[in-house]
Amino acid sequence: MVTFHFVPYQDIENLGSAKRVNKLLNIVKEDKIVIMEGRLRKEEEADLIEITMEEINAKFHGIELSVISPETYSQNAVQKIKGVFANVLLGDRIGFTIIGPASVVKKIERNPDKIEMFMKESVNGKKKKRR
Amino acid sequence: MVTQFWKNILKKISSNPFSKKSHIKLGLYGPPNGGKSTLANRICLDWLGEEMSTVSHIAHETREINIKEQVSIKNKKGRELTFSLVDTPGIATRIDYEEFLKKGMKKTEAKKRAKEATKGVIDAIKWLDNMDSVVVVLDATKDPYSQVNITIIGNLQARNIPVLIAANKVDLKKSSVEAMKAAFPQYEIVGISAKYGKNIEDFYEQLFKLAK
Repeated sequence: MVTFHFVPYQDIENLGSAKRVNKLLNIVKEDKIVIMEGRLRKEEEADLIEITMEEINAKFHGIELSVISPETYSQNAVQKIKGVFANVLLGDRIGFTIIGPASVVKKIERNPDKIEMFMKESVNGKKKKRR
Repeated sequence: MVTQFWKNILKKISSNPFSKKSHIKLGLYGPPNGGKSTLANRICLDWLGEEMSTVSHIAHETREINIKEQVSIKNKKGRELTFSLVDTPGIATRIDYEEFLKKGMKKTEAKKRAKEATKGVIDAIKWLDNMDSVVVVLDATKDPYSQVNITIIGNLQARNIPVLIAANKVDLKKSSVEAMKAAFPQYEIVGISAKYGKNIEDFYEQLFKLAK
């Protein structure tokens, strides 16, 4: 069984970078897949990788990460302008972030309009998500 | 974030905008097995006559930061560019020693490699702040939308570090420089084969533009 844990943006909004990253990583270390509303800042993504590396041991082999935000898929000019305004109003609340434990998620592929999440063989087959 | 802002301001104040920079710290970044060390060796062979790193088909061969000081390259117009070349370990989000076992390594060796590789990733991220310019070396046969690629490039952008993307392994049939261009339209991308030196002259020309 695969467990998805939804994290609303308001749960991390007022946390500092280190606390945000640790909160997400602690959920992932329970073998759950985090679906977070919004995205981390770029520096926080790097922090997430850095802390993940520090935590790697015989049981925890790391994470699979994917961020879906308006910049990551093709848009026309009008959509881009709308995106700029949305960005000003909503900031990092736009889009969503998927973080899965490497023991459960084999890989996440973005195509870029389609997301495919491949699970490890021990987990029930292949799961596929489409946007 | 505030510290980074002041660092960027100080960096701009301390550099003289009227002088052309002739000595920069040029980093090679990217995911494992993209060809960073192969490119480092190509540059060093072409301009110094010696290699600087060991390469392997097994991921995470480079697990420490390697620096080659005083690499000078010249272009057709006779301009010279001197830089310290920094070959960094591949950045990954997962490292499983069992992957190394599958490549025929012994358990102790595989565990040691995995431990060193995790430290290498941490060092590579920490070193981002020391770079003046970065070449992101990506395997042109692989998915360009990998989150590691996006995170590396995003972090360089956030730090105002100039970026050149080297779409490596264009000698392979599966490679697609166009896919790279579609994924990162706002960046300069040069398709190369670091192994065979294909298009390497264009790459050197781009380095001059990067270091402007």
